Amino acid sequence: MSPVSRGFHRRRQDPAENAGRVPPGQYVTKDFPVLSAGPTPHTALDRWTFSIGRLGQQKTWSWAEFRALPTQKVTVDIHCVTKWSKLDTAWQGVSVDTLLEAAGHDGPFAMARCDGGYTTNVPVADLTGGKAWVAYAYDGQPLTAEHGGPARLLVPHLYFWKSAKWVRSLELRDTDDPGFWENYGYHIYGDPWREQRYAGD
Amino acid sequence: MAGTALRRRLTWQVAKVSAVTVETASVRTLTLEVPDWPGHQAGQHLDIRLTGEDGYVAERSYSIASAPGEPVAITVERLDDGEVSLYLTDELRTGDDLELRGPIGGYFVWEPGNGGPLLLLAGGSGIVPLRSVLRHRERAGSTVPVRLVYSSRTLNDVIYRAELDRPASGVEVIYTLTRSQPPGWSGYARRADAALLAEVAWPAAAMPLAYVCGPTSFVEAVSQALVQSGYPPERIKTERFGATGGT
Repeated sequence: MSPVSRGFHRRRQDPAENAGRVPPGQYVTKDFPVLSAGPTPHTALDRWTFSIGRLGQQKTWSWAEFRALPTQKVTVDIHCVTKWSKLDTAWQGVSVDTLLEAAGHDGPFAMARCDGGYTTNVPVADLTGGKAWVAYAYDGQPLTAEHGGPARLLVPHLYFWKSAKWVRSLELRDTDDPGFWENYGYHIYGDPWREQRYAGD
Repeated sequence: MAGTALRRRLTWQVAKVSAVTVETASVRTLTLEVPDWPGHQAGQHLDIRLTGEDGYVAERSYSIASAPGEPVAITVERLDDGEVSLYLTDELRTGDDLELRGPIGGYFVWEPGNGGPLLLLAGGSGIVPLRSVLRHRERAGSTVPVRLVYSSRTLNDVIYRAELDRPASGVEVIYTLTRSQPPGWSGYARRADAALLAEVAWPAAAMPLAYVCGPTSFVEAVSQALVQSGYPPERIKTERFGATGGT
């Protein structure tokens, strides 16, 4: 039980329709903050590819091939480990189910790999069943580079560091090894509703 | 793996405010007595948790302003709609309790062994973790050459000015004031862009290590300019500060 902070009072009043939508320790923002560990990469679309599968046996799409895949529009709430949540964000992307259908389900865990060297680990069960996308548009516009364009992973039910920007591949594997932030002490799974921010939470 | 040692449980604990320092009209440094602090690296941050009498809880992250080995301190900028920052800057007093856990983050950090030359680029309150780096360098007796480029709106918005006006040997501090300048100002008076960096940044051939912290627009502009001038992206570490809308 946390001690009461002398003189601290709630200043933010979240509207009633937000009830039940904001995980513990989070606050709602209307901005779309940007967080990343290094410079924003800018990969030309004619050099962009996306791959999925076991190392050495991956299925790869060019940008044109990727954009020819069936797409979905989704509106979801997103939750960043730095405490902000943003409600009703609108994305377009290719469902990871669609990608795995083409490549074959082969391994219980995935490591997302990105331009700039970023990685993050996600169980395949959290990427399938309509729970994750490779998103290329936000709010009806092509995804900007600072928000992860040309395409980013979108796994809205986990903290947003799992929704890797500039994603280029999902490597399927047998073990759930930590990715970039997970190696620096962030939670291996990252469920915002259980407030799994850091290792041991 | 460098980060593996950090993968331990972070537990909440109650610290006591031992000093409140006025840095600028809107910025305070809170020095904290933390009963069980495991030590931190220059550049890391910590989490604060406030609890109201009705059980309402708010959490935020703040960069650590002090060097490893110094008492833990955070520097907080008051934001007009900031629930937590208003409390920390205007309400909290010496002797008050403050719940926290940390340290957090292990990428945007510097140790003397990481070398340099160092290029530190701060926008506004983005100076905070870089000040920890500067103090750490001095306390550790490092002679790594440093250039700090610090962009503020006005001279009165410069945080740690007394300290930065007397830099340690081997440290150059370059201010740029983007909104207004005092009479007789001879420093830079524009945004930290490619042209400014071409004048003051270490050349890429010196294999510098760059740390960029500030609002998103600052970080994007500066890091892109450095990449275009030949800095390898992996030698540029970035952290966004104050970009989370109403902390």
